[in-house]
Amino acid sequence: MSESIFGIHASALELRSQRMGLIASNIANAATPGYKAKDIDFASALAARQSGASRESAMAGATLYRVPVMPSMDGNTVELSTEQMAFAENAVGYSATLSFIKGRAETLSRALKGQ
Amino acid sequence: MADQPMSIFALAQRGMSAQLVRMNAAASNLSNAGSLARSEGEAYRPLRAVFAQELDARSGLSSVRVTQMMREDTPATSRHEPGHPLADENGNVWVSPVNETAEMVEIMESARHYQNLVEAMQTAKQLMLETMRSS
Repeated sequence: MSESIFGIHASALELRSQRMGLIASNIANAATPGYKAKDIDFASALAARQSGASRESAMAGATLYRVPVMPSMDGNTVELSTEQMAFAENAVGYSATLSFIKGRAETLSRALKGQ
Repeated sequence: MADQPMSIFALAQRGMSAQLVRMNAAASNLSNAGSLARSEGEAYRPLRAVFAQELDARSGLSSVRVTQMMREDTPATSRHEPGHPLADENGNVWVSPVNETAEMVEIMESARHYQNLVEAMQTAKQLMLETMRSS
């Protein structure tokens, strides 16, 4: 139902929200020795979701370890500047997707009200 | 709380608590800088918080927790001060091996991580509110 109304945006918003949690985990573990930063390849996760994969398997298939610019001595690969950029980019993407969804919902409610 | 998948707020809160423990340890070290002891064994050794990641399998989020508080294994330095009430039979007192600069850097780094978490949490909260608000 929501698939036919909102199209690609429904799964995109879901994945954006999941990715936000993943990047927040990286930020929380910025000082944990041996922690490897993870992120998802958003395009391939979305493609997998569109071709019928479940949210969990789409996320798991597209989750990759981040390649650090300069690895630290304690084995931690979180670079705060990279994570901040990824988080900001993801937040903007979430906002954009959300406004698409709101637009669709508004179109529908106008049609229902007969305006 | 325990039987629900972890939310981004719980994640930020745990991260902030861990950073707070680390900051308190550094503050304790700073306040004990320059304290004297009668023997090398009694001298204050700097405290360090050890972090470990804690994966919540249901939500896929990994938070952070403090697994243990460790005492740093640095030797105390002795100072010859025969008139001091804590001096041993050779006239030496033992000074705690706290590096004030290192502790200040530790506090600054911890504060940065804390700020980062607060900002991530605020962005997430704002996006959630926007999602809930119907147009």
